[in-house]
Amino acid sequence: MSLPLSPAAASPDGDASSRASLRGWRVLRRSPRMFVGLCIVFFFVLVALYRTFFIHNGNALSHQVLKGPSAHDWLGTTQLGQNVLLQLIASAGPTLLVGFAAGLLATILAVVIGIGGAFLGGRSDDLLNLVTNVVLVIPAVPLIIVVSGFLKSGGIGPIIVIIAFTSWAGVSRVLRGITLTMRNRDFISASKLSGERTWRIIIVELLPNTVAFVISGFIFTVIFAILTQAGLAFLGLGDVNALTWGNMLYWAEVDGALEVHAWWWFLPPGLCIALLGTGLALINFGLDEVLNPRLRSQRAFRPKTSVFDDTPVAEVP
Amino acid sequence: MKYFARKCGFYLVALWGALTVNFFIPRLLPGNPAQIMLGKMEMTSTPPPGEYKILEHLMGVGQGSIVSHYWAYLVQVSHLDFGFSFSQGETVTHVIYQALPWTLALVGTATVLSFIIGTTLGALAGWTRNRWLEALVPVTTFLTAMPYFFVALILVYYFGFIMHWLPLSGDSDPLLLPAWNWTFFSSALQHAILPAATLILVQLGGWMMSMRNMTLTTLSEDYVWAAEAKGIKSRRVMIGYAARNAILPSVTNFAISIGMVVGGSILMELVFSYQGIGYYLIQAVENDDYSLVQGIFFFISVAVLLANFIVDVMYGFIDPRTRQTQ
Amino acid sequence: MSVLEVRQLTVDFAQRRGPKFRAVDEVSFELYAGETLALVGESGSGKSTIARAVSSLIRPSSGEILLNGKRAGTRGRRLREYRRAVQMVFQDPFASLNPAFSVGHHLRRPLQIYGHPREDLDIAVEGLLESVSLVPPTLMASKLPHELSGGQRQRVAIARALAPQPQIILADEPVSMLDVSIRLEILNLLDGLKRERDLALLYITHDLATARHFSTHIMVMYRGEIVERGLADDVILNPSHPYTQLLAGSAAGAIRSGRRQVTAPVERQAKKSNIALAELSETVSATGCRFRARCPHAMEICAERPVELSVGDPGHTAKCWLFDPKFRAKSTTTR
Ligand SMILES: Nc1ncnc2c1ncn2[C@@H]1O[C@H](COP(=O)(O)OP(=O)(O)OP(=O)(O)O)[C@@H](O)[C@H]1O
Ligand code: SF4
Ligand SMILES: [Mg+2]
Repeated sequence: MSLPLSPAAASPDGDASSRASLRGWRVLRRSPRMFVGLCIVFFFVLVALYRTFFIHNGNALSHQVLKGPSAHDWLGTTQLGQNVLLQLIASAGPTLLVGFAAGLLATILAVVIGIGGAFLGGRSDDLLNLVTNVVLVIPAVPLIIVVSGFLKSGGIGPIIVIIAFTSWAGVSRVLRGITLTMRNRDFISASKLSGERTWRIIIVELLPNTVAFVISGFIFTVIFAILTQAGLAFLGLGDVNALTWGNMLYWAEVDGALEVHAWWWFLPPGLCIALLGTGLALINFGLDEVLNPRLRSQRAFRPKTSVFDDTPVAEVP
Repeated sequence: MKYFARKCGFYLVALWGALTVNFFIPRLLPGNPAQIMLGKMEMTSTPPPGEYKILEHLMGVGQGSIVSHYWAYLVQVSHLDFGFSFSQGETVTHVIYQALPWTLALVGTATVLSFIIGTTLGALAGWTRNRWLEALVPVTTFLTAMPYFFVALILVYYFGFIMHWLPLSGDSDPLLLPAWNWTFFSSALQHAILPAATLILVQLGGWMMSMRNMTLTTLSEDYVWAAEAKGIKSRRVMIGYAARNAILPSVTNFAISIGMVVGGSILMELVFSYQGIGYYLIQAVENDDYSLVQGIFFFISVAVLLANFIVDVMYGFIDPRTRQTQ
Repeated sequence: MSVLEVRQLTVDFAQRRGPKFRAVDEVSFELYAGETLALVGESGSGKSTIARAVSSLIRPSSGEILLNGKRAGTRGRRLREYRRAVQMVFQDPFASLNPAFSVGHHLRRPLQIYGHPREDLDIAVEGLLESVSLVPPTLMASKLPHELSGGQRQRVAIARALAPQPQIILADEPVSMLDVSIRLEILNLLDGLKRERDLALLYITHDLATARHFSTHIMVMYRGEIVERGLADDVILNPSHPYTQLLAGSAAGAIRSGRRQVTAPVERQAKKSNIALAELSETVSATGCRFRARCPHAMEICAERPVELSVGDPGHTAKCWLFDPKFRAKSTTTR
């Protein structure tokens, strides 16, 4: 769970960053990592959609109990005769939902607090910055465990909210740094002189230039949310009968999958979590590379041109 | 000095924040948590006299306004007295006092080791652009994306159930009493190997990637090129110029990741039945032992804040920019 | 009557440590329609700060700004009115256009905001582009900033400044980031627009030659103060303040003219050690002449603050004790 936002993305100095307009294919061509990551995530999204339309009960029982993988049941069955592959597919949707919903909520908080505070400056910025830093150092996972333990009410909704409210601070801090360097950019001053209103400057002029960082932060919180949800489910907090990869692990542990050597039961859900997380992380590495061309794994040192090759970074006399 | 004072001030505010959050958490509970707790206590034993008052203070219930509750709570916490834990049959402070060192030693050692190994590998990967090290990146990324408890499950399964190599659970042989002797120490070490390996494996990728990126960025800075152009040996450039600047962000990340690792280790302790603070936190949550929950959350927060504070102060010594403002 | 009058403008910046830093110190000047005022001075002297304060991007700590004789608004509708009249062209054409938006967007927004009828926005945008010779306008309007050259971008920035139909344009080193070959074109463009639209122009620059060529008056700035001002030709041909002489690199010429041969105790003192000179130049003296540490003519009286004194030509003044009749007399007697 320690995927720190890479410092390269976090460093607010990148002049190129502000010019980062992520133009689809060009970016992908330059970053195979991002391409692979997108493929992985896309695959899981498809799987999740598949379940919505084709699987009605991923938990259906059968008399085929604790069978290993076979031609018929590719990933074997559980102690109750449930088909592991079916469970796995059915779990993709809820897991993704928690991840993306919590990520979205946290990102909105981070954008409002980080970018809004930095842009407004003054007292409100000092206060918001203090709050951000405090939230950042209060250990999130124990807090989440405690709160969801006390809440007891299962369901995905509260968990999404709790995760979002404990994980926005890191992203917010990065966005604040970016905004501070951007706030005094001439093009922002120029739009003030053009008579633009503050909120419009933030939303229309500033946000598009921080988009890469916002996406990167979003992905980061999605990873965090998926891992945290899995952990909570593994603890049996939340709705244990919902189908998520975390719950599959919970039941595998509770029903003694390890003792009976039913590796096909507990390995797949964990690996799915890791694979999805890897896909998301690869997208983020790709974003890093886009924001900071020096990170590309090609051997060409000191690229003269950047992704924004026709931008003037290199031309300024 | 000013830097130091500012940091002190900040962490006091953060501590206050954590305390306040801790105060509001029991308000999520329906009914009167103090009464519920007392009821549960009476089922298993006779609660110590005055226990109800302590519970009222901690849970912020009883007579008076929310402000007076808050004040009573702060006073109670400042005595570091969280009352009695019915699920463990001991005072909360005693449970924590027993468990915290295990977690701190484990998390601390593993994180430092992981930081050293990962940062070294990352620096090498960035510096040499070695193909093999670069190929490690997806592997460590995959490991990093795994939940701690899942890695723990795999390790338990492989080394415990298949190879029968290592003790499966606990933090030392239950027949041995804690003592400063070799038998106890080696037993504790054996029990800590798998948990430590879990923490190291999962964290490695993050450290490696961030150090690799910082090294690549730093190496293309003009001053490094200037140094190389002047004919300074490339290893000296690496150590004397690049590494020091590249490592600074990692140090900041180190501080932030402490909280993350502590979080991850909670579930890992459950898998290994490693009787650290996380293990007891989960026990407390499952048994609705609210005062133990509060006490543990408080001590985890303090420990994490303290660790962050130490890292921040160290950072102050490494980073010349903070030194200048003193 | 002047379009814009700046009175006793002072700007302080809070510093991380120590007292506030006074970047602009009681500066007054006036801008007239159809005329250009040049502001020259070394880097860090506070030129951009003046431009930013006058354009209302930063709040001055004291002083008054009068637009057409009325106090400039600082908030709400009055501020918008003021901003409409006072537009700015920034130094760095790469930073002053938003990389995410097309040229057309940059011009359409101010038109829209200041109430241009929606129907003929496109026509107005094309008109603006034509007025800064960006042709063909339809093609240009659709381009993104990174698709333009530096000179073209600066033309866009100028067109944007023209969009609200301002009375005043503040041009902060508008050509210093551009290639030498196109600087003159851009300056000629600004000059032409000034004539056509009867604009008042504040032209900030390091370049004395273009300052003389394009402007009516010149002000020389040193560490937040205007140390010399006058008609462009007078200031350039007859630089009077020792700092202006230094800037013009014509100190030798001035000395040859025989008018200001004076003893320079500090100089002699400073020659003993260069370090002392450097240190002296670092301290901003609250009292006395700020140029004292570097001035080859410094005298004892220079520890007191000089006032603006006439140099001889009409309207040509310098803040230097050398022009106080008493000391001129004295210094000649000591010779
Ligand atoms: N936002 C700020 N905060 C603190 N100090 C500032 C700020 N902006 C400018 N200064 C200081 O004010 C002084 C004047 O700066 P200004 O940018 O006006 O100089 P300038 O004459 O435009 O220089 P240049 O020719 O390099 O553009 C400088 O010493 C600068 O360090
Ligand atoms: S007042 Fe004195 S120190 Fe200042 S410029 Fe004139 S002669 Fe030099
Ligand atoms: Mg300037």
